[in-house]
Amino acid sequence: MAEIRIENLRHSYMANPRGEDDYALKRLSLTWQDGGAYALLGPSGCGKTTLLNLISGLLTPTVGTISFNGRDVSRASPEERNIAQVFQFPVIYDTMTVYDNLAFPLRNRGVPEPDIKSRVGEIAEMLELTKTLSKRASGLTADGKQKISLGRGLVRSDVNVIMFDEPLTVIDPHLKWQLRSKLKELHLKTKRTMIYVTHDQTEALTFADQVVVMNLGEVVQSGTPVELFEKPQHTFVGHFIGSPGMNVLPCEVRGGQALYGGQAVATGNAPAASGKGRVELGVRPEFVSVAASGIPADVVRVSDAGRYRIVEARSHGHTIKLLLKEGDRVPEGKTFLAFDPSHTQVYEDGWMAGSRR
Amino acid sequence: MTKIENNRAWWLVLPVFLMVAFNALLPLMTVVNYSVQETFGNNEFFWSGTTWFQQLLHDDQFHDSLKRQIVFTAVILAIEIPLGLAIALCMPRSGRWVSVCLVLLALPLLVPWNVVGSMWNIMALPDIGLLGKGLNALGIPYNYTRQPISAWFTVVLMDVWHWTSLVVLLCYAGLVAIPDAYYQAAKVDGAKPWAVFRYIQLPKLKHVLTIAILLRFMDSFMIYTEVIVLTGGGPGSTTKFLSIDLVQKALGGFDLGPAAAFSIVYFLIILFLSWLFYTLMMREEAK
Repeated sequence: MAEIRIENLRHSYMANPRGEDDYALKRLSLTWQDGGAYALLGPSGCGKTTLLNLISGLLTPTVGTISFNGRDVSRASPEERNIAQVFQFPVIYDTMTVYDNLAFPLRNRGVPEPDIKSRVGEIAEMLELTKTLSKRASGLTADGKQKISLGRGLVRSDVNVIMFDEPLTVIDPHLKWQLRSKLKELHLKTKRTMIYVTHDQTEALTFADQVVVMNLGEVVQSGTPVELFEKPQHTFVGHFIGSPGMNVLPCEVRGGQALYGGQAVATGNAPAASGKGRVELGVRPEFVSVAASGIPADVVRVSDAGRYRIVEARSHGHTIKLLLKEGDRVPEGKTFLAFDPSHTQVYEDGWMAGSRR
Repeated sequence: MTKIENNRAWWLVLPVFLMVAFNALLPLMTVVNYSVQETFGNNEFFWSGTTWFQQLLHDDQFHDSLKRQIVFTAVILAIEIPLGLAIALCMPRSGRWVSVCLVLLALPLLVPWNVVGSMWNIMALPDIGLLGKGLNALGIPYNYTRQPISAWFTVVLMDVWHWTSLVVLLCYAGLVAIPDAYYQAAKVDGAKPWAVFRYIQLPKLKHVLTIAILLRFMDSFMIYTEVIVLTGGGPGSTTKFLSIDLVQKALGGFDLGPAAAFSIVYFLIILFLSWLFYTLMMREEAK
C-alpha cells in the first residue's frame, strides 16, 4: 500500500509532440492518500485510461514523475510497481480453473503453495466464488469472469494500488449494482488504495471518497461527491455531474453584483469576479424554486422523472430547469423563479470566479 | 425456454445440398460403381463384389505407399506447425514491416504447384543447381535422383518452403486478434514470456491451429504434382506416395476397378483421420 504522488505528469502518444494538442494528458499533479477510494470520472477520450495506464506502468510518461511512498516509479515496469489492474473486458486464462486463475499472480511470484491455498480460499470466499473454484474459468458468465479478474487483483496482499478501468461495462444492469456494492464492501474490508475509472457518474459517486473529474486531458476538479455537486469548479463539472445538469446562464457582473437579464441575483462569489471574459451564472436545478417574485419565466414543459418532476422554463431567451418534489404545486404559465444564493455561482470562461485560476 | 421446431428451414439448406450433390456425391457414386465391377472395355461391366477391396487390403505396394504417406505427413506437420507458429510469433504487429512480411510470406503460396516442382527440380540438380551443387561443394554427398535420403530431404524441404507460409498467416491472424488487455493483465500478474505463450497465446490460437493442422494434413496427404515433377516417385519407389500410386494404377494400368476401390479407401482414410484430429483437438471444448 502506498501514497501515490503525481507531479507535472504529461503524456503524448506521439514520439515528438509539438503543440499542446498532441498531448493526451496535458499537465497533471495529484496526491492520493494510502487506503483511499478514488474515482477518475470523465467523458470518453478525456485521458483517464491514459492516466491509469501511466500509474500502472503499461505506459511511460513523456514528462513528469509518479512516485509511490516517495519512491520514483515513473519508469518501472508494472511488475516492479506491484499494482493490480482490472480491465474493461474480463481477462481470464481460459485453460485454467477458477482456482488456478486466482493463484496465477501468486505462482508467478513464487509464493509457496500452502500460502496460495489459504489466500485463494479467502478471496474466493469474499467474492462468492468458492463453489466454482474447481470449474474451468471459460465456462463462467461475464460477471463471474469479471469477479475472477477482480480476485486476481485482490489476491496479492501487498499490492500498492488496485485499479479498475470501467470494470462494469460488460455486466448486466441488475448485476452492476450488486458488483458495485461488492467493490465498496471490499474496499472497506481490505483498506487498499483503489482507483476506479469510469464515465458513469453514479458509479464514481457511489464508489469513491474522492472523485477526480477530467476533461480534454486535464483535471477539472478533484473533490468529494458533495463538493462536486454543490460547488462545481467548472461549468463542465456542473453539466457532467447531476441529472439534469447545472443551469448555465449568461450574466453580467457590475460592482460586485451579478445581474441576470438586468436583474440583481444574489450569489456566493460575485465580489470575486473580475467581470472579464465570458461571464456565466451557474445554479443546479435542485436549487431553483418557484417564488412569488424574482426572475420572470414561462413554464414550457413539465416532465415526470419518478420521484420528482423536471420543470423547464424560458426566461430572457434561456432555458432554466428546476426540480419539484412529489406533492409540490406544479406551476403553469407565467411565474417567478428564485435561486438559492449559497448554491449560485459566477463562472468566468467556464471556471468559478475567485477559484484557484 | 421452449424450442420452436420449424422444419421449413430445411428448404433453405436445399440449394447447398444440391450443389454438394452435383460436385461431390454424384462423381463419387461413379467411383463407387466402378469399385464393385470388372470391365474388359467395350463398356461392358460385370459385378465383382468386394474383390477389389480385398485385393487392395492385401496389396504390399499399397501398404508401402500408405506407410510412406503417413511418415511424410507426420514429418511435414512436425516441421511446419511449430515453425509457422514460431515465425508468426516473431513477426512485427504494427508498422510498415508488417506488409513486407505478409507479401514475402504469401509469395510461395501463389506459385503453381507444377512450377514449385520444376523450381526445386532445377535447384536441386547436383551439377548445376544451387542447392545440389552447394551441398556437394560442402562435401555432403547429395543426389536426389539416386539417394533416397536426398530425395526425401528435397521433397520435405520443398513442402516446408511451399506451405509453412499458410500456417504463419493463419497463426498471425490469430495472434493479432488477441486483445491487448490480455497482455497487459499478464504483465500486471507478473507472467513470464513462457507463461504468456502457454496460457494466453496458445489457448487463443487453438482454433486457428486446428484449421492449420487439418488443412496441412489433408493437402499433404494428397500431395501429387510437386513430387511427380521433382522425383517422379523415385529413386525406385522411395517417394511414391498414395496419390502417385493411385494414378499409376488408374492410368498406367488402366485398372479401373482396383483404382476405384483404392480411391474410396484413400478417401475414407482422409475422412477418418480428419475426424480424429478434429475430435482430439476440440475435446476440451466439450467439457
